[in-house]
Amino acid sequence: MNNARAAGAPPQRTIDIVNASLKRRYAKERRFRLLGASAVVLGLLFVALLFADIVGKGYTAFQQTYIQMPITFDASVIDPEGTRSPETLQRANYAALIRQGQREIFPDVKDRRATRTLASMISVGSASHLRDMVIADPDLIGTTREVWLLADDDIDMLVKGHIDRSAPESDRRVKDQTVGWVERLESEGRIEKRFNTIFFTHGTSREPELAGIAGALMGSFYTLALTLLFSFPIGVGAALYLEEFAPKNRWTDLIEVNINNLAAVPSIVFGLLGLAVFIGIFGVPRSTPLVAALVLSLMTLPTIIIASRAALKSVPPSIREAALGVGASPLQTQLHHVLPLAMPGMLTGTIIGMAQALGETAPLLMIGMIAFIVDIPSGFTSPSTVLPVQIFLWADSPERAFVERTSAAIMVLLAFLILMNLTAVLLRRRFERRW
Amino acid sequence: MHSSTLLIVLLGLMAFAYHFGRKRAISTAGGVARISTLHSLPAYYGLYAALWAGIPALLLMGLWIGFQNEILISIVKSELPPAILDGMSSGQIGLVVNDIKNLASGAIVSGAVTPEMQAAADRYTQLDHIARWAMWLAVLALAVGGMAYAWAKTKPTMRARNRVETIFMVILVIFSSIAILTTLGIILSVLFESLRFFQSVSPLDFFFGTLWSPQTALRADQVGASGAFGAVPLFTGTLMVSAIAMLVAVPIGLMSAIYLSEYAPRNVRAYAKPTLEVLAGVPTVVYGFFAALTVAPVIRELGMSMGLNVASESALAAGLVMGIMIIPFVSSLSEDVINAVPQAMRDGSYALGATQSETIRRVIIPAALPGIVGGILLAVSRAIGETMIVVMAAGLAANMTANPLDSVTTVTVQIVTLLTGDQEFDSPKTMAAFALGLTLFVVTLTLNVIALQIVRKYREQYE
Repeated sequence: MNNARAAGAPPQRTIDIVNASLKRRYAKERRFRLLGASAVVLGLLFVALLFADIVGKGYTAFQQTYIQMPITFDASVIDPEGTRSPETLQRANYAALIRQGQREIFPDVKDRRATRTLASMISVGSASHLRDMVIADPDLIGTTREVWLLADDDIDMLVKGHIDRSAPESDRRVKDQTVGWVERLESEGRIEKRFNTIFFTHGTSREPELAGIAGALMGSFYTLALTLLFSFPIGVGAALYLEEFAPKNRWTDLIEVNINNLAAVPSIVFGLLGLAVFIGIFGVPRSTPLVAALVLSLMTLPTIIIASRAALKSVPPSIREAALGVGASPLQTQLHHVLPLAMPGMLTGTIIGMAQALGETAPLLMIGMIAFIVDIPSGFTSPSTVLPVQIFLWADSPERAFVERTSAAIMVLLAFLILMNLTAVLLRRRFERRW
Repeated sequence: MHSSTLLIVLLGLMAFAYHFGRKRAISTAGGVARISTLHSLPAYYGLYAALWAGIPALLLMGLWIGFQNEILISIVKSELPPAILDGMSSGQIGLVVNDIKNLASGAIVSGAVTPEMQAAADRYTQLDHIARWAMWLAVLALAVGGMAYAWAKTKPTMRARNRVETIFMVILVIFSSIAILTTLGIILSVLFESLRFFQSVSPLDFFFGTLWSPQTALRADQVGASGAFGAVPLFTGTLMVSAIAMLVAVPIGLMSAIYLSEYAPRNVRAYAKPTLEVLAGVPTVVYGFFAALTVAPVIRELGMSMGLNVASESALAAGLVMGIMIIPFVSSLSEDVINAVPQAMRDGSYALGATQSETIRRVIIPAALPGIVGGILLAVSRAIGETMIVVMAAGLAANMTANPLDSVTTVTVQIVTLLTGDQEFDSPKTMAAFALGLTLFVVTLTLNVIALQIVRKYREQYE
């Protein structure tokens, strides 16, 4: 504008300047808008990528490779004296039966090393599977059956295509010889993929094909049940007091600031607290759902208290006044009238808190939940692990087969979390009241 | 005789006491017809009796379970032949006690089982047995005693409702103080161990030392095991990972908040917002897995193809994924703040002829800036305290480097590594974890307090 005047041109009207800049400004507007939209798209892309990655890695874990073998339940191997006593059946050399079956399918394999490789194609858990079969039905002895046996994890990976058969032999965990055998078994229809029940019924194991999440699921269940038992009454009680009864003074101010800050304290610090106070001072046994629940309760309390206070706040004062007016005591007013109306909101907050507790890992590492525990826990004080910690442990394992199992365990964990959050959303929709 | 059985029995007794207190109240009033002579509803007399039966007994049970072990151990220790404990450090004595306990519970013990140890273990089992029975008797006796007291007290003039309500109020006050107790517990537990740590390692060395190698020597002449506790590499590592995370999260989070609150059509918003928030609900261990097994190899291969040397556990991978995790955090906090800016300010800007993006950049963002900064500070404190992603995807080596492709370690990673696996409670290695925890707690607390203060001030401004 100044330049134009200096040049002695006629004075420009403002509207012309605006009009001249409009094109540039609109382009800027479009760019800005596009930037915003692409940020949202990028965010959504991350969600899709995360889920696609996990599902893509993990869906194969729900199937497991089995190899069919003719097994002769040879009486001279299992029970040479014919006593059929449980101890004899328990101790017999079932691995020998499997080796016998292998000799029948591959009569040409004679070399000792090759035989050993051949034997390693079957999971080490198969012998005990045969034992269980015989103990359940001793009449099997002396007969020959085609039995489907669990394949070793390397064979499982090969059959599922996670090991590239065209890669040079030295880069592969499974050598050409074994690949040849597997191809032969496949062509004879002796290899089958079945639904992986072991994954849902067994505890963890060093052998990927025998590892399951049942132990971790039970551990998570016990932990969460106790966490709910501790944190729900305490959270609701604290919210009720702070929102409805507490005098507004320094002490309650302090509690309020404190709760807000606790909600943002890193979870690992709660683990330090659990280690030093619950385990160190009170002697709560390590690695148990009890100590995990104590730590997680303290962590979820702020969430529950904040949600419960919001729920109480949304109940209109007229309800309280009406109850007080007909002669209810303050506590009766709260317990009989306000609390039931606020309950859906409180439950929603609690479910969200429980979902957080279910996914929490870091503080549990501090209190010994990373112990290697094969048994499925049977109570609140038996050593156990929880699902997220199991995921962490498996993610650390070098075997390729654990990658898909880890992803599958993550899928189970996410399924539970989605279920819980959906319940919370539905609860809110169903019971939310506008006054 | 499990203590949870006792708990169930006690709950049963309380239910019984409730029923029986109610009955008692009605009968003292002279039957259902004269029930109006009671001060309170009969149910309150029932509750009164149940509380008397339950609370003292529960308290006793809690105390008993808390202290039984300590007392038993001290009895067993005092009965051990003095020759065994002669000249042992407190750590070794702890080991012996542990062995005795393991022996009693049938677990594996660390050393050879001597007859003295076996005797001590037997004695422990015996004492434990006696103590359990004594607890059952004492707790049940107290419960019945409480019930009897309530029985004796129950008469029509007793103000049962007021008493029950007082007890309820006391319980509520105790519940609401648990938050304070938690904070106190955190502070005391980290502070106490940290102070012990700072007795053996000077705070100056800890906060300004640049060498971190917490392995303490098993043998005196071991190489490289002097146990250096200079935490600066951990701080720089934490800062680097958090900075990468914020570089990802702040632009994406802020821009999507702006788009969702100002531009997006209603139905896009209705789906996009919850979907983005899914990212906040995914457990951190899942992100860790994603970072370690998907993102890190991709970055490594990309780097290799460009001729860069990328560590397999690079700070970049951990930081990127942590940034993804924090996106919804930044976006929902900034959206709240942006929505809180009064509509009048937007209208004023439009009236002057500004386009929407000009309004956002010149009016809304400056107005919302304090709130946004507060939100970002909260996000930073979250990034600093995040554990699982870095444990799984960042390294263990304490490098002081500015190269995001290198492997770095963070405060949280070191806390986890120091405290998992074999640990002795007294070694400086273990206590160092608490000192790191204290640092972490103080830093995140300060950030939170500042952030909450800013957000609160800002809210007041527009209310």
